[in-house]
Amino acid sequence: MPLRDLSKEELYLPGSAACAGCGDGIALRIALKALGKDTIFTVPACCTSVIESSYPNTSFGIPVMNIAFAASAACASGIRAGLRRQGKETQVVVWAGDGATYDIGVASLSGAWERETDFLYICYNNQMYSNTGIQRSGATPFGAWTTTTWKGKEESEKDMIAIAMAHHLPYIATATIGYPEDLHRKVQKAKSIPGPKYIEILSPCPPGWRYDMSKTVEMSKLSIATGVWALLEVEEGNITFNGRSKAILEGKIKPKPVEDWLSGQGRFAHLFKPKRDEERIKKFEEIIDQKWQRHREGKL
Amino acid sequence: MREIFTTISRPVKGATEKTGQWRTFKPLLDKKKCTRCLRCWILCPDGAIQRNEDESVEINLEYCKGCGICANECPVKAIRMVREE
Amino acid sequence: MKLIMDTANHIAGEAAKAARAEVVAAYPITPQTTVVEYIQKLISNGEFDADFICVESEHSAMAATIGASATGVRTFTATSSHGLLYMHEMLHWAALARLPIVMVNINRTIGPGWNIWADHQDSMAQRDTGWLQFHCGSNQEVFDTVIQSYKIAEAEEIQLPIMVNFDAFILSHTSMPVSIPDQPVIDKFLPKRKPVWKLDSSDPLTHGNIIPPDPYLEIRKSMQESQDKARDLIRTTAEEWKKLTGFWHGGTVEEYRAEDADLVVLAMGTLGSEAKVAVDRLRKERIKAGVFRIRSFRPFPIDEIKKLSEETKLVVVDKALSFGGEGVLYSEVKSALYGRKNEIFGWIAGLGGKDVSWQDLVQMVKAVKDGKAKPVNWQKGGKGAITGFI
Repeated sequence: MPLRDLSKEELYLPGSAACAGCGDGIALRIALKALGKDTIFTVPACCTSVIESSYPNTSFGIPVMNIAFAASAACASGIRAGLRRQGKETQVVVWAGDGATYDIGVASLSGAWERETDFLYICYNNQMYSNTGIQRSGATPFGAWTTTTWKGKEESEKDMIAIAMAHHLPYIATATIGYPEDLHRKVQKAKSIPGPKYIEILSPCPPGWRYDMSKTVEMSKLSIATGVWALLEVEEGNITFNGRSKAILEGKIKPKPVEDWLSGQGRFAHLFKPKRDEERIKKFEEIIDQKWQRHREGKL
Repeated sequence: MREIFTTISRPVKGATEKTGQWRTFKPLLDKKKCTRCLRCWILCPDGAIQRNEDESVEINLEYCKGCGICANECPVKAIRMVREE
Repeated sequence: MKLIMDTANHIAGEAAKAARAEVVAAYPITPQTTVVEYIQKLISNGEFDADFICVESEHSAMAATIGASATGVRTFTATSSHGLLYMHEMLHWAALARLPIVMVNINRTIGPGWNIWADHQDSMAQRDTGWLQFHCGSNQEVFDTVIQSYKIAEAEEIQLPIMVNFDAFILSHTSMPVSIPDQPVIDKFLPKRKPVWKLDSSDPLTHGNIIPPDPYLEIRKSMQESQDKARDLIRTTAEEWKKLTGFWHGGTVEEYRAEDADLVVLAMGTLGSEAKVAVDRLRKERIKAGVFRIRSFRPFPIDEIKKLSEETKLVVVDKALSFGGEGVLYSEVKSALYGRKNEIFGWIAGLGGKDVSWQDLVQMVKAVKDGKAKPVNWQKGGKGAITGFI
């Protein structure tokens, strides 16, 4: 859908408490344009719970239920049931960070998926606990500095899409804020499908990733161009790639060097300074290469 | 409902404040260069770029936090960032 | 009115049905399981029109209940022991969100080691969550209290969740005759919930965002004011129920032969019922004993306890302990009577389900009467039900 056809209505209002250049802000605006007014959010502890701004004001033009860190998907099951009793077909959406999704809330998310709650779970993934001051999460990539991985994380992130797939959801997608039409389309599609849906939006974070705040969208697009992140959809268990990621998969374009992505972020600075850490840069590249190798075999 | 009963908040523009005061650099739009592609509008993290009926855009400096994403993403470089005085 | 013979757990399910709860979310834990099973059976038979959410944990049970309640519908859940402990964070959430959820908690002790018998350590550990906490002494009281709880919780000036406690196995799995009033009587007593706030896309609000210290303190204060107001409402609601059905279990307290008593036993749950048997025996021996069975632990019936004469000696029997402090009920009673001359004696008894019989209670009262009791005493461990004191 061309940008001019996207709704003019702003359901995430200007003047919020978000950091300047916040990727989550972009994700919220685009997703809410696809979701529309008849939507209820439930939000666990995460950046979004701060972005809402302070009582008695809120930056959200739709109902938002804040809930404890581990509990958003369970809360969504309750909201859905309550609405169903009243014959309401309002979209129920969890909007959660990667900490709530990959780590503390993964059990309640798995539960809501298994009981086939009709809701859309959106994880805006900034690859760390940004809200609490940049700690390592299950989504933090190998090598990244955080305040709990001072010398760089030693492990890779877990594969949340594979976890979602293991629940046989009718719709799973990844997106990133640098491709607004794609993100909008995927949210719209999810909205049209009953049952549990999962969308993960890579959402760069200037203070966490340590790049200039004007580069949030550039960093998002670079994540796709380097193949660090892939745009994909999973329907009925079939994985399809789209946009630039499809072209990379089919060998129509060569991905940019992963190093471009790493070197643009202060959180990977220790891989380049004071001395180039060949071994870890190579390992990072291998992780990405192996991922694309699997993708070419039709796997995640 | 009693005034203070539980944490119930109502939607309002500028819920935190007029966030324009956060800015160090201000976006300046050259309307002649603008092709009305709307990328700045959709990519503004704060919804501080208004979209007019004719698809021209205007920057709402009351709320613009000065991140510079619009200037960075404008395909025709119609927006540039200048230091606030 | 229909007379049935059933366990307190099934009766709790009947009460949720009679209250027309619309959403039930629960996770199984012994000895609560038969509540969940029974409700599921009623729903699948089409006898109970509710949505049941089978959650994957108690934390999620309360989160789902909160979510449903926030849309404005009436909700019910049930748990016990470790399940209640696992819910702890969400109990605070429900109360601060002012959601009139009703939950039954089957009082069971805490492990390790694993032990499924009754004591009150589980609910006592939730004392400060903002929930109203009631304790029942019979299956009839379980039914009546669940119905009354919705009315109290949903009152405009209260808007707080209520935990209806009853003892594991002693009630949960014991069949007793219970009279269930006709549905129109219950419907008249308990009309449809009128939510004070709700999630509704035609009237957007954000619940629970960041709140600065000043209004936060005010919200906490309003919760305390609602708890304080509930004392009268608990009594008047029970009186209204009595007029409609004839059943009466007391207001915040059930008083038994206490008007002229020199010695009053204070206890909760079935221990309070057992105390009535002990008092009847003591009265036969011309010992003027009475019972204050605390029905409402939160709000604590300070006003009722203060009505006792300053000459009355109090025998407080706790099935829970605040380690490094003392019996929880004992502390509460002492606090309520601050500045009064009453002599107050505490017993820690029945932990981990150790039987506390009327014989034990008789001995406790006699020990106080004979000046042999210390301020704080323990039921003796080991075989038999012989009470000693240390």
